[in-house]
Amino acid sequence: MLSLTLAACGSSSSKSSGSTNSSSSGNSTGSTAQVSGTLNGSGSTFQQIFEQSLITGFKSVQSGATVTYDGTGSTAGKTALANGTADFAGTDSPVKTTETAQYKGKALLYFPIVGGPIAVAYNVGGLKNLKLSPDTLANIFQAKITKWNDAAIKADNPGASLPSTTITVVHRSDGSGTTSNFTKYLAAASKQFTLTPGETVSWPAGTVGAAKNPGVASAVTKTDGAIGYVDYSTAVADKLNMASIKNSAGSFVAPSLAGSTAALDAATINDDLTFSPLNEAGATTYPITSPTWILVYKNQTDATKAAVLKAYLAYALGAGQQLAAQSYYSALPQSLDQKAVAQIAQITVGS
Amino acid sequence: MTPTTVPVPLAGTRRSWGDRAFRSVTLASGLLVLLVLVLIAATMTGKAWPAFRHAGIGFVTKDNWDPNNNHFGALSLIYGTIVSSAIALVIAVPVSIGIALFVTELAPAGVARVVTVIVDLLAAIPSVVFGLWAILSLALTVQGPYKNLSNLTKSIPIVNSLFKGPVQGASIMTAGIVLAIMIVPIISSLARAALATVPESDRAAALALGSTRWEAIRVAVLPKVKGGLWGASMLGLGRALGETIAVALIIGQSTHVSADLLHPGATMASTIALEWQEAGGEHASALIALGVVLFVITIIVNSIARGITRRSEARLAA
Repeated sequence: MLSLTLAACGSSSSKSSGSTNSSSSGNSTGSTAQVSGTLNGSGSTFQQIFEQSLITGFKSVQSGATVTYDGTGSTAGKTALANGTADFAGTDSPVKTTETAQYKGKALLYFPIVGGPIAVAYNVGGLKNLKLSPDTLANIFQAKITKWNDAAIKADNPGASLPSTTITVVHRSDGSGTTSNFTKYLAAASKQFTLTPGETVSWPAGTVGAAKNPGVASAVTKTDGAIGYVDYSTAVADKLNMASIKNSAGSFVAPSLAGSTAALDAATINDDLTFSPLNEAGATTYPITSPTWILVYKNQTDATKAAVLKAYLAYALGAGQQLAAQSYYSALPQSLDQKAVAQIAQITVGS
Repeated sequence: MTPTTVPVPLAGTRRSWGDRAFRSVTLASGLLVLLVLVLIAATMTGKAWPAFRHAGIGFVTKDNWDPNNNHFGALSLIYGTIVSSAIALVIAVPVSIGIALFVTELAPAGVARVVTVIVDLLAAIPSVVFGLWAILSLALTVQGPYKNLSNLTKSIPIVNSLFKGPVQGASIMTAGIVLAIMIVPIISSLARAALATVPESDRAAALALGSTRWEAIRVAVLPKVKGGLWGASMLGLGRALGETIAVALIIGQSTHVSADLLHPGATMASTIALEWQEAGGEHASALIALGVVLFVITIIVNSIARGITRRSEARLAA
């Protein structure tokens, strides 16, 4: 009740409301102020595992609050937020221009929570340590390079013995944020990639689709000569061979959590905390790094929910960051994390 | 006297009241189904309208399904739906009629019962289980035979373009095989029911004239149930056209028209299921439009099936 009146008083300007709120929570710094209520999120399946760890961890510090997360896909999550069926949306891509109308002009806030590498997994006889430059990768996924002993692959892998096996390209058959970020990377890194990036890409004939990360992983595992893209966690769990990708600084980097944190760190952060960590430069930067955000309305209509939301975001960006690595997500670099934490104060409560 | 005269008008009014109530309840149920159907068709068409208006006739004639560029030509999806279902029919119809003939004409009663139960059990398996089995096991098993088929037909013109490969398992052909297994129970049980309508005396007459078992079936049984068997196959086709999740898992989701049966493909139902989650705006509308097209196709197929069955029943009765 107190926080409601305070926020309502300060809602004329977001700055003052922010300071009011931080001072009110400052009263109980260290131990967290207890909140209660239910918060429902839905969206990105990429961040779902992280959300689940967060929800369990949050419950242990905030026993009165319940948070749920439904992995329906980024687009469905953004729609659910607009329809009011979800309190926050998980999304791997910022709101598109075609999607803005559904929010009826209400302001949104982006909270980056983690990132993660998208691995290029392959299965070619006993071949290890495959290296691929962006152009080669783009041409493989456009079915322009069709044999593993193609000159372009040889050029990336001097000295490696490459078989004449036919390349089988495996892509996601379902609409996916992973597909979206992978194709955005290819479009950014290679001029030779001419497909339009997005969640559902019109892949060329001859390529094969498989459902979800596990589907792609299993197709790559059982088909000799296959190559596909999967979330890093899946690639690690299924012990897939992962290619090193040449980043824009010219070094071949294998996917790793440190590599994708480096990419998040190198990315240019916009004022609204949207950014693209794809194709970033740096000696250790893994270039195919997927961002993911929690998307909320800046102005919350329900004070109880707003309190839970703020506490949850504070947990996700605070103690929750420690949970990232265990499920193969990369934690946010400190500078970005601090910006996101500061932004929590911009959430206002009004009717 | 009084006990018999008094209850008569009472019972009479009660019955007529009950009859009227029963009549209106059943009529309402009947109309409700129709209403639901009409409402589904109306809302679907309404939501699909932006896509139909944008793509026009190109929605069903163009082969360019590219959601990111707002191109929605669903020809490859319609093609994949029809071809995978056709493969399913080619495999399932002979097998199902064989099962039905075995059960009704040849097998001893005990064996017939066991076979019937097993075939019906097949119908009880959820389609997602078929899909998982297909992707985890069948897709691997078929790689070898596909490779042989592709090599064998390499030098035969026309046929070689049907079996060119790539041979990684997920393909229109594999989807057709899975669909065939899924529609065998429906076709065989309907075929069984049709065969059961042939009077025993007809078979006895044929056998008495000196025909063999096969001749009796060919001359006295099959001509009578031709319509029933057609109807059974068409209903199986209706099921195959709309099957979603098993197909989505195994067809390889490639939105291109390809004569090659070993090439991945896509069906309307699989595309709706796979792309819905990340579809917004016109893409969502286009997916609903696919639903409308599928709805229309299945209604046509089912009406044809009913028509054929009814005509053959009428002929039998005459």
